[in-house]
Amino acid sequence: MSASEPPINSPELRRLTPVLGPGHTYDSITDKISSIVLTRPISLGWLVGFGICFFFIMLLNVAIVYLIGKGVGIWGINIPIGWGFAIVNFVWWIGIGHAGTLISAILFLLNQKWRTSINRFAEAMTLFAVMCAGLFPLLHAGRPWYAYWMFPYPSTMHIWPQFRSPLIWDVFAVSTYFTVSLLFWFVGLIPDLATLRDRAVSKPKAIIYGMLALGWRGSARHWQRYQSAYLLLAGLATPLVLSVHTVVSFDFAIAIVPGWHTTIFPPYFVAGAIYSGFAMVITIAIPLRAAYNLEDFITMRHLENMAKVMLATGLIVAYGYFFEFFMSIYSGNKWDVFLVEQRLHGPYAHYYYALILCNILTPQLLWFQKIRTNVIILFLMSLVINTGMWLERFVIVVISLTRDFDPSAWGRYSATFWDYAVLTGTLGLFAGLLFLFVRVLPAISIAEMRELVAHNSEEHE
Amino acid sequence: MRENDSIEGHKHEHEGHEDSLHAGDSSGLHSEDAAVHEHSLDLTAVRAKLRAKSGKQYWRTLEELADDPHFDELLHREFPRQASEWDESIDRRDFLKLAAASLAFAGITGCGDAPEQLLVPYVKQPDGMILGKPQYYATAMPFGADAIGLLVTSHEGRPTHVAGNPDHPSSLGGTDVIAQASVLNLYDPDRAQTVTNLGEIRTWEQFQSAAQTIAEVAHSVNGAGFRILTGTVTSPLLAAQIENVLKRIPGAKWHQWEPAGSDGPREGSKLAFGRYVNTVYRPEKADVIVSLDSDFLASGPGHIAYMNAYYRRRKLSGPGDTMSRLYVVEPTPSVTGASADHRLPLRASEVEQFARGLAALVGLGGSGTLSPAAQKMLDAVASDLQKHRGTSLVVAGEFQPPAVHALAHAINAALGNVGTTLYYTEPVEANPVNQLDSFSELCADMDAGKVETLAMFGSNPVYDAPHDFDFTSKLKKVKTAVLVSSHFDETAEYCQWHIAESHFLETWGDARAFDGTVSVIQPLIAPLYHTHSAFEVLAAFTENPGQAAYDAVRDRLNTLAGATDQELYWRKTLNDGVIANSASAPISVAPKFNPASLPPANMPLPGQIEFIFRPDSNTYDGRFANNGWLQELARPVTKLTWDNAALVSPRTAEKLQLAQRAAARGGEHGQIVTNVLDISISNSKVTAAAWILPGQADDVVVLPLGYGRHKAGYTGSNKGFNAYVVRTSTALWNTAAGTEAIKKTGDDYPLACTQYHFQMEGRKILASGTLEEYRKNPAFAHEGDEQPPKEMSLYQEFAYPGYAWGMAIDLNSCNGCNACVIACQSENNIAVVGKDQVMRGREMHWIRIDRYYTKLATETGDPGGPDYDVLENPETFFQPVPCQQCENAPCEQVCPVGATVHSAEGLNDMVYNRCIGTRYCSNNCPYKVRRFNFLRFQDWETPSLKLLRNPEVTIRSRGVMEKCTYCVQRINHTRIEAEKQNRPIKDGEIVTACESACPAQAIVFGNANDPNSRVAKLKAQTRNYSLLGELNSRPRTTYLAAVRNPNPELEKA
Repeated sequence: MSASEPPINSPELRRLTPVLGPGHTYDSITDKISSIVLTRPISLGWLVGFGICFFFIMLLNVAIVYLIGKGVGIWGINIPIGWGFAIVNFVWWIGIGHAGTLISAILFLLNQKWRTSINRFAEAMTLFAVMCAGLFPLLHAGRPWYAYWMFPYPSTMHIWPQFRSPLIWDVFAVSTYFTVSLLFWFVGLIPDLATLRDRAVSKPKAIIYGMLALGWRGSARHWQRYQSAYLLLAGLATPLVLSVHTVVSFDFAIAIVPGWHTTIFPPYFVAGAIYSGFAMVITIAIPLRAAYNLEDFITMRHLENMAKVMLATGLIVAYGYFFEFFMSIYSGNKWDVFLVEQRLHGPYAHYYYALILCNILTPQLLWFQKIRTNVIILFLMSLVINTGMWLERFVIVVISLTRDFDPSAWGRYSATFWDYAVLTGTLGLFAGLLFLFVRVLPAISIAEMRELVAHNSEEHE
Repeated sequence: MRENDSIEGHKHEHEGHEDSLHAGDSSGLHSEDAAVHEHSLDLTAVRAKLRAKSGKQYWRTLEELADDPHFDELLHREFPRQASEWDESIDRRDFLKLAAASLAFAGITGCGDAPEQLLVPYVKQPDGMILGKPQYYATAMPFGADAIGLLVTSHEGRPTHVAGNPDHPSSLGGTDVIAQASVLNLYDPDRAQTVTNLGEIRTWEQFQSAAQTIAEVAHSVNGAGFRILTGTVTSPLLAAQIENVLKRIPGAKWHQWEPAGSDGPREGSKLAFGRYVNTVYRPEKADVIVSLDSDFLASGPGHIAYMNAYYRRRKLSGPGDTMSRLYVVEPTPSVTGASADHRLPLRASEVEQFARGLAALVGLGGSGTLSPAAQKMLDAVASDLQKHRGTSLVVAGEFQPPAVHALAHAINAALGNVGTTLYYTEPVEANPVNQLDSFSELCADMDAGKVETLAMFGSNPVYDAPHDFDFTSKLKKVKTAVLVSSHFDETAEYCQWHIAESHFLETWGDARAFDGTVSVIQPLIAPLYHTHSAFEVLAAFTENPGQAAYDAVRDRLNTLAGATDQELYWRKTLNDGVIANSASAPISVAPKFNPASLPPANMPLPGQIEFIFRPDSNTYDGRFANNGWLQELARPVTKLTWDNAALVSPRTAEKLQLAQRAAARGGEHGQIVTNVLDISISNSKVTAAAWILPGQADDVVVLPLGYGRHKAGYTGSNKGFNAYVVRTSTALWNTAAGTEAIKKTGDDYPLACTQYHFQMEGRKILASGTLEEYRKNPAFAHEGDEQPPKEMSLYQEFAYPGYAWGMAIDLNSCNGCNACVIACQSENNIAVVGKDQVMRGREMHWIRIDRYYTKLATETGDPGGPDYDVLENPETFFQPVPCQQCENAPCEQVCPVGATVHSAEGLNDMVYNRCIGTRYCSNNCPYKVRRFNFLRFQDWETPSLKLLRNPEVTIRSRGVMEKCTYCVQRINHTRIEAEKQNRPIKDGEIVTACESACPAQAIVFGNANDPNSRVAKLKAQTRNYSLLGELNSRPRTTYLAAVRNPNPELEKA
């Protein structure tokens, strides 16, 4: 396998920054990663962090209970703005959920070794982000208890969903994506779960990890089947990375609302999703490596590569903005021209300018290696990009709806406390799940890291 | 009396019970003889037991029994079979029976102080009633100096919806918002429900005996100190009853006071003719109409009929047709002004100058002082009038002083219009008086302690009397004040006796319409509460205190029947809703009036601000303040709901440095934040929110009446500001003060406005043109149209082999009067959401009326912005927007669950049960006509409101989208009837609620597949266009472009 490695292993690049710190052996890797889960005591930092998340999870609970008790009218939505924070958040979270599978599947297929140390938590992040995202279509429905009508179940009334609606496509796209991501993640976890089972210090842990490890013994046959399963799943997941956000973008592109009805949306949404996904991976990776001294595993090389991906996808997004803008004017379509006018000068223009600043201007700093290798700046930039991507969805979803065809029906949108409660609540849920994840599962793939040691040593020989 | 009634009621009920059981026996369900035998045996015992008790006690006993150990025993005997079968195996039928029985028992405990309730369905079904099928009755709503003929829909005895009575001259089939909303007044949960004395509940008999005592005492002192106060009375019956009281108490006096009624027309006729006469217009005969501040299309006696007539003269079937021309001079944009061909904003005081100038130009002498712009208009108007002698009409505004009315009479006479475009009759009021004098006299007498007893009918002077009368303190000097009113209102607090007044749908009576036609008011329902009509209360003071209004009406009609069969005459009159041939005959009067002899008018100084008072278009003088439909209805021009506001012109706003802005929440479709003003005039002060209104005359502040009530009820209390506080008897309609009278308090106030954006942004939303343009280019409405080809869709086209329901709305006939909006709300059980929700942009009206201003100097004028002064006199257009029922509907394609689907006849059906509330359909609707139940907007608890609902339309709960259905319940109802008769549905057989309410017949519904249908003919016109047709939504609702008929002389400049 190593003989025909792609240029990533070229001497210059390797010299630049390694994907694994020097001096690591199979043991050291296994010890280090499994100790986070098995032996390390709960730190004060973890408690405080999880406590904050817990508070927001409880806020989310309250917000959901109140929402179901009262109705979606507790939010800022109205006529004409039928979709508000809920859909913005949905699209944003789904976008974030793209990085994990991209890293795991596409980079795996492309044999990018540097993905190894980040893929596990990126996949977890994907799952948690999709969970957060999945809440919104459910909650935003006026009668969420009937949301199951969107599934084609055998109803006694012989009623099917309305398959022309992109929301139905969403149901399939998102549920498939979640299922495949979960399987992919879980399959990848099996060898590590077995490691944890073997190293567990208490009986209950051994039993639980043992059950989850599905009887993994590490035999050659296991490894052989595992690898082909993993490869197959990677192959299966790859088109999903592209399809999910494409389908999500159809929610808008299929509709006739000016600002939604654009053919550029599918690629532009996918690029945006990867953009925000990588930003989120950086947002998580930097504190994670600092907290658990994982600088050897998540090296500057990883951060820099991710920054490059961000720059690349950011440029695609910028291209998307430009052409959305250009085509609106070039087409001469009065609705689209008006939309551009509104974005630049309308009552919500400041959101548009903020979004340009966050998503297009700020990432240009990533052209500089100094910036790419500055952990603090990179971290802050990832936050800025995530904010920018949220604003992008806000501009698309909400602002397009405020002023569409019939001027008599123009309105404005203003989020309520409960809108913010749900948004921050899902942030809390997301972060809270990550806190739990790093404590109960290996945040970095032990098996794959070991493989990396093997590669490194082979190359050194 | 009441006790007797109820005992009789229960006896009847008891009999009904027996009958129904017998009916059950013979129905074949109980086939075993033994069971029947056993059954009847048991019943005999029960009956015996029950017979021992009487009426009301019986029910009380049953309730008590529910807690009694012997109850089980009785239960066994009363329901022997069910009770004995309880322990045995239960089959499905028995289970159902038991379930029904337990429901029935649950009901027993539920009855509190309930009035007699029949627990069985009709034993003998009333004639013509089929359960589940509505019935229609003709009646009339008395209102001011008019009565509006109505056809009321009754579902199982509950009036649920009103429509105009086509046979009634004041309706001709149309209605207005107040008539449409009257049905909600009936079910208003805040209505007063009993007779009270000093707040304590009393029986009607107690009041009757008190009234008799009062009458006797008053009689003994020759009536001194006995006063009656009413509004304007047109009912001959009520007038006769007042006469009866006055006959018994000879020295008693009858005063009249209508706070939002003006003495102008009355005194104007006296000034012109030397006596009171009534004027009836015939706008359908007029080629040129000049309105001197008259909103004759939307308010005042006969306005529904006038609207019908006016628009009949303006219907266009092709470019060859002619139209009348309307000029309006007025201080503030009214419905009439906004739809005029030429409108000139003038201060209210300048209207008289205009009238004087007009009189001078038609050769009557005198002169008026006018600004150059007004003079130009005046010259054009005068020459146009001269060209149309005999076919022109000058209408003076209700709130203009008598001189303007007299001038209008003189001008009409000089132009030879009398007898063609207008005629005179004897007054329709039973006793026309100068109401201000009448009321002043009453107040003076009260102040002097001369009033012992004051009986007030439907008045609320504590709230609405001019503030210089200080009515409240004077009322305290009255020994016995009796108030008959629908609510325990502001005045009721100061009255010894308060008698809850019956709604007109609960009483017998009569009323005279604007042309003298008398209608019989027939009740649709027995009084819901212990309420009484003015007639009955007046009767209490006469020698015949128990006189029933029914008897009086019947007697009157029997007299009128003459030679015809009395019963037949009675039935025919009730059926028609009008007494045949009762319209007043035209009288011939000649104005004895010289305009030159008029004293110089009292004009405000230049630079002064003129404050004018106007009744609100929805709450009127305040009496409808508690009507949620009217509160939430956007005013035609301002589009404000739930509040009144001090209206100012854009320039005056600039002068006063006023600003307003769309709030972040709701924005243009909901919430506008405006400045709060302290207005100090007439030695009093009121704090009001300002509203900048394009088209208003400069230096004029309009203070709408009818708000700021504190005892209106849950819905109407503490809304807006009370303009009566600064209204004096010397300046009932306008007054002037320097700009220092207005001070900004520095506070802001949010107003709920449903449409703040008033420009079309260069889009073809509302097509309009002039008659000249139309003649030159009949297809002017289609200029610049893009019609996408039909075959572009991936999906198969729908075929409509049968009916294809469609609607055509003639914008040329719409003046935004709103009647359709309330008709729709009533027909379709549309919820009222309240000010807070309207401010969030969540009102639920299925049909909205958009108002656009055109001919602005700039297309981006933002209120409060630098371009705003171009809005001093914009052209205003109105566009009703219901669901467009697109053939290629954007909403249908995006619903994930198929809750909005296409019907075979082309409707976009909304399946509430299936809707999960994603709101995607609303986002994708280019017209934004879909309405979402963001919260549970419907009131499910208030019992009286349950009676209001139309049982044929689902009550939507929260989380569900709703929208206009083309009144699908009416379509289906008619379809069933037609199918039963094995014939196609006839054109015009289905009338949607909006169509039926429209006095101008602007809305036409029908089968677009039938080329001979009215709707197909309208759609075939060149003026017909689709709203946003370039989107390829292919709406079934189409519009006919508005055409104005401006005077080329004025256009040239």
